[in-house]
Amino acid sequence: MSARVLVGVKRVIDYAVKIRVKPDNTGVVTDGVKHSMNPFCEIAVEEAVKLKEKKLIKEVVAVSCGPQQAQETIRTALAMGADRGIHVEVSGKDYDNLGPLQVSKILAALAKKEETSLIILGKQAIDDDCNQTGQMTAALLDWPQGTFASEVVLEGDKVKVIREIDGGLETVRLKMPAVITADLRLNTPRYATLPNIMKAKKKKIDVVKPGELGVDLTSHLEVLRVDEPPQRQAGMKVETVEELISRLKEAGRM
Amino acid sequence: AVLHVVDRFDDGSLCLVVLQLCLQCSPAVAMLDRVPSALGVPPLGLVALRLSRGIHGRGDQTNHAAGNRVPCRFPFSRVSKQDLAFFENLLPGRTIVDPDVLMTHNVDWMKSVRGSSELLLRPQTTEEVSKILKYCCERRLAVNPQGGNTGLVGGSVPVYDEIILSTSLMNQILSFDQVSGIITCQAGCVLENLSNYLEERDFIMPLDLGAKGSCQIGGNVATNAGGLRLLRYGSLRGTVLGLEVVLASGKILNFLTALRKDNTGYDLKQLFIGSEGTLGIITAVSILCPRRPRAVNVAFLGCSSYKKLLETFQCCRGMLGEILSAFEFLDSACMKLLEKHLKLINPIAENSFYIVIETAGSNADHDKEKLHNFLEAVMASFLVTDGTVATEDAKIKALWSIRERVTEALTHDGYTYKYDISLPLEKIYQLVEDMREYLGDKAKNVVGYGHVGDGNLHLNITSHSKDQALQEAIEPYVYEWTARYRGSISAEHGLGLKKRNYIHFSKHPEAVALMKDIKHMLDPHRILNPYKTLPDQG
Repeated sequence: MSARVLVGVKRVIDYAVKIRVKPDNTGVVTDGVKHSMNPFCEIAVEEAVKLKEKKLIKEVVAVSCGPQQAQETIRTALAMGADRGIHVEVSGKDYDNLGPLQVSKILAALAKKEETSLIILGKQAIDDDCNQTGQMTAALLDWPQGTFASEVVLEGDKVKVIREIDGGLETVRLKMPAVITADLRLNTPRYATLPNIMKAKKKKIDVVKPGELGVDLTSHLEVLRVDEPPQRQAGMKVETVEELISRLKEAGRM
Repeated sequence: AVLHVVDRFDDGSLCLVVLQLCLQCSPAVAMLDRVPSALGVPPLGLVALRLSRGIHGRGDQTNHAAGNRVPCRFPFSRVSKQDLAFFENLLPGRTIVDPDVLMTHNVDWMKSVRGSSELLLRPQTTEEVSKILKYCCERRLAVNPQGGNTGLVGGSVPVYDEIILSTSLMNQILSFDQVSGIITCQAGCVLENLSNYLEERDFIMPLDLGAKGSCQIGGNVATNAGGLRLLRYGSLRGTVLGLEVVLASGKILNFLTALRKDNTGYDLKQLFIGSEGTLGIITAVSILCPRRPRAVNVAFLGCSSYKKLLETFQCCRGMLGEILSAFEFLDSACMKLLEKHLKLINPIAENSFYIVIETAGSNADHDKEKLHNFLEAVMASFLVTDGTVATEDAKIKALWSIRERVTEALTHDGYTYKYDISLPLEKIYQLVEDMREYLGDKAKNVVGYGHVGDGNLHLNITSHSKDQALQEAIEPYVYEWTARYRGSISAEHGLGLKKRNYIHFSKHPEAVALMKDIKHMLDPHRILNPYKTLPDQG
């Protein structure tokens, strides 16, 4: 099957970095802070590359929306085995307001343009934790969706997805084209090896503007304020059960 | 005739006692003493003697076994009720006699040696340390200074009933100068805590080692610890600017200057750096710290031969020189142990040798370009067959843990015999190969890893359980091998208890004699960390 897979990769603040809120409470500090590929997007790329290695799909295209630096994230995906990249250039105010709705419009437009059979995304990004882009993209395209995937099996023109849900595991069978979002246990992303890192430098990254795709980036959301979570108060140690009871009474808890 | 000391049993429950007559021993050593047992078995008097011929101490095979036998107890006083009362008065609540607490302080990290101290002291200030030592000096009580207790040569725990003086409560940072990068702190500061403190202020410690979560800076200085960053920032002998030391007499010596350059008289701090607690107790340190690098990259490479590894090193020096901050290696035997015991995944294809290269610089773009040029060069010339690169914190930690956790993996493989050797670079792996061939089936695994960029090999040999025959096969063969190529039998771990008698493999007798003179001058009653560092004889 000459299937093409589109994988979305988001550039986020590296998960090991300590987040600091800007003094004006409009957002978090991103200048000079280490960024990397969203861990769930890594898992998505790995799954796509695995499918390609099994010769079940023909081409893996990595997509990222953002300023110039988004190309680094695409390069990482290329180093992991993606064939080519598409950088949707969004910067400045537009980038600040870029949320799941805008990204899913972009992905939907690209999916149609690139004749895609499968879109694989991370289940959520670790900066906003929205968990909406995959679902919205499927809705805009009117495609079936298999979210929180912990296993993906291609079966002809259908794809079987085992989903992680609160009660356990749910198996769904989707007719392609479809949207899948990757959960933690789907796979362990590979290290990009040197030969592939070298090859990746030569792979193509096309730059596209959202306007060319006919996408309107207006946001209907306004971030009013960003605050740090309240500082955790120190606990109190007591020596005896009697003391515990009297302290609880004092605090009005009993 | 020489009468051997019979070995201490594994679990420390009995130490058969020594009567040692030797042509070169002084009569003072030939003294009978009783050794209390950790399990409450009544002390024994003279029990066994073993006769053998030969000259004591100098690499004679028959007597060599004496090299790592337990020395006889020096005639120190024993802790009395009055002593306890004095300490309790001086350090209320910090004078510990609880046997459970003492147990952990009596045993080293590798669980290979155990002492029988019954008293642990936890001073908080230099004054308290001074009063303790003054008293112990007058009372002729032996003292074992102890920091994080992470040493690997049995130097940090008592041999007999020495009082343990722990610096754990001396953990205050005294000052930090943001402009010069000089930090002054007490000796009990844990290395990782200092690192965290400095990183918040955009600096880093000049040294880094696997034990950072537990080791204390006083101990690091006392053992002249090396570690993973020595290649870039040099040794503590260069980065330590000043010390505060308490001598055996209790006298406080303060040369805690925070000056980069000071050529006024003999540089006394160099005496105490690396003295392993035998010349004085370090109570405070001032260290010059480098700026935190803006860009850190780690590359994990695979080589098919040691020769290619060395050529990669040369290429690395040439193309990455000023940003290179670490060059470490491990062999495929290490990788197999990591996979087997810790379930770590090899990030690249299987190879004979693995290299960890770290670069640290001020500009991410420049460093990335330099690193990529280097990687292209070594791949194109087939010096390196495979590899991966990391810039993100999480991946960097993952790649480093492959090198840092080898020690841990070895502990799961059985009993480990550890050797920390300095050799000319070309010879390093030859030692591992020779040992493998020489020991054959006697050993379970023979692995090599370490700071190859510094010419420092960690040779480790495992067996299913403690094996005297294996140890006798390894030693002194490994030391003789090292001496033949003018290497060091202890590159960074020090001598402690386990290697004290092998000093002559790397130092001339005149040098050792001068060391003994200095020891005698600074600690005439030998109360500081006895039985360690300097050889029993010669």
